[in-house]
Amino acid sequence: MLYQLSYITSSWFPGGVVAVGEHKSSKAFSTCKRQAKKIFRAQHRKLKAVICYAYRVYFGLNSKPTQIPVHFSIQNILFLLVAVAGFGLFIWQARKIRANILVGRDRDMSGHVNERLWKTVLVAFGQQKMFKRLTPAILHLIVYVGFIVINIEVIEILIDGLFGTHRVLQFLGPLYSALTGTNEILGALVVLAVAAFWWRRNVKGIRRFTGPELRAWPKLDANIILYIEVALMAALFLMNSADLKLHQLEGKDLPGAFPISQFLTGLLPENTTALHALERVGWWAHIVGILCFLNYLPSSKHFHIIMAFPNVYFSRLMPQGQFSNVDSITHEVKAMMDPTYEVPTPPASEGAEAAPTAFGAKDVNDLAWTNLLHAYSCTECGRCTSVCPANLTGKLLSPRKIIMDTRDRMEEKYNSPLIFNPNLYGKEAKHDPQEQLDKENHTLLRGYVTPEELWACTTCNACVEACPVNINPLESIIEMRRFLVLEESAAPNSLNVMFSNIENNGAPWAFSPSDRFNWADDLYVADKSATVA
Amino acid sequence: MAEQTAKRQVSVPMMADLAARGETPEVLFWVGCAGAFDDRYKRVTRAFVRILEHVGVNYAVLGMEETCTGDPAKRAGNEFLFQMQAMQNITTLNGYGIKKVVTACPHCFNTIKNEYPALGGEYEVIHHSTFLQQLINEGRVKAEGGESFKGRRITFHDSCYLGRANNIYEAPRAVLEVLDADLLEMKRCKTNGLCCGAGGAQMWKEPEPGKKDVNIERAEEALATLDGDADVLLNLQGVESTAPVLPAGSNRGGSVIAVACPFCMTMMADGVKNKEREQDVQVFDLAELIASAEGLNA
Ligand code: HEM
Ligand code: SF4
Ligand code: SF4
Repeated sequence: MLYQLSYITSSWFPGGVVAVGEHKSSKAFSTCKRQAKKIFRAQHRKLKAVICYAYRVYFGLNSKPTQIPVHFSIQNILFLLVAVAGFGLFIWQARKIRANILVGRDRDMSGHVNERLWKTVLVAFGQQKMFKRLTPAILHLIVYVGFIVINIEVIEILIDGLFGTHRVLQFLGPLYSALTGTNEILGALVVLAVAAFWWRRNVKGIRRFTGPELRAWPKLDANIILYIEVALMAALFLMNSADLKLHQLEGKDLPGAFPISQFLTGLLPENTTALHALERVGWWAHIVGILCFLNYLPSSKHFHIIMAFPNVYFSRLMPQGQFSNVDSITHEVKAMMDPTYEVPTPPASEGAEAAPTAFGAKDVNDLAWTNLLHAYSCTECGRCTSVCPANLTGKLLSPRKIIMDTRDRMEEKYNSPLIFNPNLYGKEAKHDPQEQLDKENHTLLRGYVTPEELWACTTCNACVEACPVNINPLESIIEMRRFLVLEESAAPNSLNVMFSNIENNGAPWAFSPSDRFNWADDLYVADKSATVA
Repeated sequence: MAEQTAKRQVSVPMMADLAARGETPEVLFWVGCAGAFDDRYKRVTRAFVRILEHVGVNYAVLGMEETCTGDPAKRAGNEFLFQMQAMQNITTLNGYGIKKVVTACPHCFNTIKNEYPALGGEYEVIHHSTFLQQLINEGRVKAEGGESFKGRRITFHDSCYLGRANNIYEAPRAVLEVLDADLLEMKRCKTNGLCCGAGGAQMWKEPEPGKKDVNIERAEEALATLDGDADVLLNLQGVESTAPVLPAGSNRGGSVIAVACPFCMTMMADGVKNKEREQDVQVFDLAELIASAEGLNA
């Protein structure tokens, strides 16, 4: 490690070896300090040159040649337009999604910042829950790390694109080689991992990648993501190998390291014009691809690459067994038990007449905003459904479907992103076609999620425990059950019997309360102290 | 060995009597509806009381003043009924100035511990698995002088409301360890534990149409674990963990599925019965195992 460090510093900083090796004597130390300052200034100057150059290009000042090759052209203006359009469109879509999430009921998620951040570090950044299943965890880790590291190069692409520079980060020197080299290796690994994902999904037939909610658009979407991922990597390799060959043919050195592209150059033509064109094609394909992908995210489960982070941050901190208490009911019950109890009036909101809110959830806007955030973070991985006891034993319930339905319903009722293909279920989800058409009943409950699904849940929390992005399908299930019971009195009959037993006998079974203490009759215990003596 | 163990009759201390004498117990034993009414689980309640009596814990029960915690109503979506029950119980408990509650039911445990505080009921709530673990750690229960479990196979079925709901995985296992038995883990255990199928008010209704009942799926897993049946274990869904190390040889008989919840008890016992294995596999609660290992049954 130290050796490597001194190697890097010595090749990049002229005084680097001194800095590592001889810091003990104070004289050497001051030399070292002086040299460090010099180096810093030199580096600073390079950076300044880059920035000044950019400034000059855009504000029409005369350009002086720098070491970094520059060809400012119409391409760069075009790029500026494409980038602005790409990011602008994304922001427009993101705002719609934000609005969708905010139709949810208020829930205070403030406070506990450190605990929440720590959770985000472990579960989102650290992929903690993914590692319950090793194979997909490793495959995903490759794609995930690849994405983050390769995106450093996207910064370069953006700068090059805007200012006409070529490989602007080359001023990093050996670090640039490390970066490009790592990117190429990661890029190759990503292609392999994505191929494995594709195989697992389409050939191996893993159970959690099936189910009525994973047909049509969600199924296609899962594969589109994988294809785009490969296409982006292909563009990266095309750009690098064409650039490399171009430099080789011109007898020049290309800064950076290209452990994969160096083997691909043989596949390319020998003609410099063609190579130049190919390098441009690769470059444009990579960045335009990324911008397209960015705008595809809001329509896709791949949105999780952004939403997983806030979703984990805002996940519940209570014990999983704790269900929310409905405050309005608490006031009612307290008022019933104690006539002097005064129901606190909620602070009147501006102008808006406090609409009488229903108990539980009939539609998406009755769920808490965090439940709606969940819907946009779901990776559709099916870990929840694969451990659900109801689903495992062939019941209709699939927690993943509840989450996916929430998203579909939100986009149907409110804003939709560029692509909106809601899941339409047929017979297999036991939807009454009449009910689906009936506008009145076309809500999340019944329009998408049937009572049969809701009543199959054992509230076991297996889905909550399994979800790698801390989604909680159980909360939504309970909210909809509340609506069925409290607003529609539509519980299964046997549950109504249980309710009335509790009301009348204080127990869920039809036993007489006076028998409650019978268990203690004729109870004997061995008196061990008596036998010892 | 004493041939004839002396026995004494237990008169279970009632909270109302203690209060009349101006006493407060160290801990209130919350029996729960299943513990009070269900014939099978009454035996668990009695076993737990025997342990309390044997160790000399200063405890009391509410007797007829106890009512349902409201858990089944809440899980079924009847928040109104839940809160009515909760308020009633909180009034009783607060009226007696109760500080600490122990219960053998994970559902009562979860409800009183997690959902009562917001309604004004704040107590130290502890499940009997943790309570037994403490007694063992303090050396007050040694699991000696009674039935021997040495060499018998025991597998523990995690209750959802103990495990995932409240992160109690180790206490019940620590309790089983003193039995010196052959403890086997099911493939779907601890955080991956499979529900018995009774939670969320399923106990009181017919299951939705499907291929199989949840308790049968779970009983099959438990039996396969005790039997060392590799074929069944390899085909279990829902975990991608590596195959468990299987014990050599087949089930020796006298094996036990240990539970720590009245509903798990019913579901697992039904499952074993459905598989016609009652003659060699029994379902016991932790308290029953400890009471018989300690030789407290009389
Ligand atoms: C930020 C960069 C990320 C990238 C580039 C990324 C990329 C991907 C890709 C390409 C897939 C598709 C795999 C397939 O077809 O099965 C995927 C799926 C998935 N991702 Fe991510 N992801 C990122 C972040 C995260 C985070 C933070 C989490 C949460 C821990 C996460 C959890 C998942 C899960 C659970 C799946 C489903 C795949 C499976 O079941 O194995 N991802 N991701
Ligand atoms: S809590 Fe309900 S939906 Fe979630 S895994 Fe358990 S039974 Fe399935
Ligand atoms: S809810 Fe979680 S576990 Fe279920 S499919 Fe979505 S991301 Fe996967």
